[in-house]
Amino acid sequence: MAWEVVIGCEIHVQLATQSKIFSGASTAYGAEPNTQACAVDLGLPGVLPVFNKDALAKAVKFGLAIGAEIGMRSVFDRKNYFYPDLPKGYQISQMDYPIVGVGEIDIELEDGTIKRIGITRAHLEEDAGKSLHEDFRGMTGIDLNRAGTPLLEIVSDPDLRSAKEAAAYMRKIHSLVRYLEISDGNMQEGSFRCDANVSVRPVGQEELGTRAEIKNINSFRFVEKAINHEVERQINVIESGGRVVQETRLYDPDKDETRSMRSKEEANDYRYFPDPDLLPVEIDDDYVEAIRKTLPELPDARRQRFESDYSLPEYDAGLLTASREMADYFETVVKQSGAEAKICANWVMGELSAALNRDTIGIDESPVDAENFAGLVKRIADDTISGNTAKKVFEAMWAGEGSADEVIDNKGLKQISDSGALEGIIDEVMNNNAQQVENYRNAEPDKRGKMIGFFMGQVMKATQGKANPGQVTKMLNEKLNG
Amino acid sequence: MALDKKDVEGIAHLARLAIDEADIDGYAESLSNILGLVDQLNSVDTEGVTPMAHPMHMVQRLRADEVTETNQREHLQEHAPAVERGLFLVPKVIE
Amino acid sequence: MSNDMHSKTIAELATGLRNGEFSSAELTKSYLERINASNEKLNAFITVTDEQAMKQAQAADQRIAAGDTGILTGIPIAHKDIFCTDGVRTSCASKMLDPFIAPYDARVIENFQNDGAVMLGKTNMDEFAMGSSTETSYYGAVKNPWDLKAVPGGSSGCSAAAVAARIAPGATGTDTGGSIRQPAALCGITGLKPTYGRVSRYGMIAFASSLDQAGPMAATAEDCAMMLQVMAGFDKRDSTSSERDVPDYSVDLNRDIAGMKIGLPKEYFGEGLDSDVAKVIEAAIDEYKKLGAEVVEISLPNTHMAVPTYYVVAPAECSSNLSRMDGVRFGYRCEDPKDLEDLYKRSRGEGFGPEVKRRILIGAYALSSGYYDAYYLKAQRVRNLISEDFKKAFEKVDLIMGPTTPSPAFNLGEKSDDPVSMYLADIYTIAVNLAGLPGMSLPAGFVNERPVGLQLIGNYFEESRLLNAGYKFQQVTDWHQKIPGEFA
Repeated sequence: MAWEVVIGCEIHVQLATQSKIFSGASTAYGAEPNTQACAVDLGLPGVLPVFNKDALAKAVKFGLAIGAEIGMRSVFDRKNYFYPDLPKGYQISQMDYPIVGVGEIDIELEDGTIKRIGITRAHLEEDAGKSLHEDFRGMTGIDLNRAGTPLLEIVSDPDLRSAKEAAAYMRKIHSLVRYLEISDGNMQEGSFRCDANVSVRPVGQEELGTRAEIKNINSFRFVEKAINHEVERQINVIESGGRVVQETRLYDPDKDETRSMRSKEEANDYRYFPDPDLLPVEIDDDYVEAIRKTLPELPDARRQRFESDYSLPEYDAGLLTASREMADYFETVVKQSGAEAKICANWVMGELSAALNRDTIGIDESPVDAENFAGLVKRIADDTISGNTAKKVFEAMWAGEGSADEVIDNKGLKQISDSGALEGIIDEVMNNNAQQVENYRNAEPDKRGKMIGFFMGQVMKATQGKANPGQVTKMLNEKLNG
Repeated sequence: MALDKKDVEGIAHLARLAIDEADIDGYAESLSNILGLVDQLNSVDTEGVTPMAHPMHMVQRLRADEVTETNQREHLQEHAPAVERGLFLVPKVIE
Repeated sequence: MSNDMHSKTIAELATGLRNGEFSSAELTKSYLERINASNEKLNAFITVTDEQAMKQAQAADQRIAAGDTGILTGIPIAHKDIFCTDGVRTSCASKMLDPFIAPYDARVIENFQNDGAVMLGKTNMDEFAMGSSTETSYYGAVKNPWDLKAVPGGSSGCSAAAVAARIAPGATGTDTGGSIRQPAALCGITGLKPTYGRVSRYGMIAFASSLDQAGPMAATAEDCAMMLQVMAGFDKRDSTSSERDVPDYSVDLNRDIAGMKIGLPKEYFGEGLDSDVAKVIEAAIDEYKKLGAEVVEISLPNTHMAVPTYYVVAPAECSSNLSRMDGVRFGYRCEDPKDLEDLYKRSRGEGFGPEVKRRILIGAYALSSGYYDAYYLKAQRVRNLISEDFKKAFEKVDLIMGPTTPSPAFNLGEKSDDPVSMYLADIYTIAVNLAGLPGMSLPAGFVNERPVGLQLIGNYFEESRLLNAGYKFQQVTDWHQKIPGEFA
């Protein structure tokens, strides 16, 4: 039996506003429990919600970035259910009239092809608080700091056909919300949460199979594992004569399995109705155009521009535009170093990225900012230092020892490129290693390439690595082949 | 429209209300009477009429994105039924 | 301190304070004594804030001495126990909130405080404002000062009783389906429900959010104008609060009303209206004719649908509004909950009275899957029609008048077993909330020694016109001056 996998994603994005969606409490992460939960967030008797204008702006911005219909009149509805992290006993969300309607986004598949994924809608809602289960002697502790943080729930069409596609989609949305600066997309801190609705059906069948919802996918690494596991599970269930139950399942990364969540979602009747404490949100074309003007160059467009304007290969352009910060950094380096784009790209994708990864920091936390890195690349491009030396200079810059020029001066790392100076050294090396010279001259031409390395090494030793390798190679070739 | 015991139990569960067994029939009856009153709405033709959630045409005002609330945890938790280390306590929730 | 201080209106008391005839401290003390003496009989107050009141009175006296008076500086006011008062129990007459000490002040309370008024205490009411008789209170029923066997009306029954018995010169109430106007009528005082959005709902514990409004209850229209002046105004913490300017409600009270067009809906004078009440109302309308008003018959064809509409919309909204009462962060929590479900069900089951539970159940049902369209949406459509009726009427008339209630106060216990019959008594007041219009009840006479009220309904934000019409009526009648024998 050949099976087809059908996946739809729901992504909850915490919007990076200063205050909550319906109250003036702070949304900053990491505060002591309930120190950022004001009376409105606690759902005390008599409190009322007032809508944050920046949450609206960020939602509309997202809608425009995915080419979606914008809900010119949207309505907040109450989703009624009981849970201790939901203080009012209802969540303020949007049901029939969301702020963002039908849109789409392109993802790149492994084989390089582009697939268009439909987005059904995106709506605003408030986040719930958190439950802490340990250390309370059979009780659970509720922290409502997070209650009321604005969320944008993005719902995709069930267009994804594999775990890899789902991961690509999630990454794309992740990159986009960070590009737009509407969210910090921090999955560890919970500001970007993905749920996947997964079902299987025999190839050729039009009707969708029963789906299960997988929650708690909090890193991209787990997305594929979780979905693949669930697909296997469902196929096994069906093939052994059972039926897939529509339910919510939690992914457990330690055991690499999904398990059914207890009763929270049991056939809940949410009794949606328009929240009478809030009024319909009406926006006009002027407002939408004003938001449109704040859109940055979007990732796809930027990548294409990098390919054409900087003559970069697709791979490079893709890596460099993966995040807005990286792309901005790269362009600053290009502008200020005066070096060829490809060289800048190599160094940003190479040494810089390696250092960032090693220290597990983002490019916005790099101790070497774009201007200074540009200074380094400039000296590589103008031959002041060799590639190898540059690596040492970069390390020193990373450690806070100053700008490229300062380090080069302090450590006297200027490359020796002057042929006069080099000639003397090369001659000395050849004189001191007469036997090697003879071996070289007697060797087969195709073996000479390797042997020249010996002389190069000697020259480097004699110059403490400062000889310009390109220059040395040229001169060695002339003299040895002489 | 009449409600029976099972209906009442169902809604009471949705609304998380404990109702004494002895009282359920009484509720079923009074609720059925209220629904009888409400069913009169069916006699009105509302074809093409927009549902009205608020009187007058009112639209949502927007609030500036500013932090205006300070930490008032102690004050707001002063009379809470069960608090420990700043957290509200409830019987353990199993997920 | 003369013995008839309590028969003075707020306007007279304010003048007396300003002229130094007496102090706020004396005045407040006098009312606190009256409250004490009557509470057993009436059961009007849940919490009396005597210490705080005396402190506020002293502060008010200092302000008056300094010439820094507001409108109600030094005037003692009672507040319905539905307004959050910082540091003071705010119970909504429910076991669920009996332990609730509000940690903040409602906007209405803030306004009174800033103006220098004195808070006497929190008045009893129907539990969570659900009822028309104040018989559903956790703290026991309240009696009508005119006849202790009768109900005072509800849900602001005790605010009305307190004013009627003159144990407070003014009191705040809230009105969702008639809860200011009906008790005002049954207790023979003046009560005003402002236009929806005129008074901030922040800190006013919600019953039905799209219908609730806070308003003044006092002996006279003039007093209500003063109180409304303090209560009204935009509040940025309430999304439904109107940004419209607040006019001076007292400046035009005495304007001549000759030529004012008054509409009498034929649906308000048909079957169901007690014939003796009808006579009182007709006499009242005659007074308006003598004042030069023109009386016209109008029709509000969907009147008979107001009660069914309300009993879908209000319970639906309240079923959701009351979900936050769950024993977790405040209020009553059942003992030894064995798990979360038990915590919720028993805290709520034990904390809420039967009428509240009934409304929550009906509300949840009306919103539930499969019934939402047939009940909730249908009701909201009919609401639109009811609103349209009024819009059309106000194209022809300036004010609409009729009886506030179909009959005078019923006896305690008479209707408590028959909720539907109680609901039907709201027939004249409910539509006004559904449309969001302002409405006022004036004392207009007696039937079998129980008061009867005349209702005035105005167009949106025309409280001034209502108060003007009320004031003129009270210049030529004296119903508003009558005090029940026991409390005279």
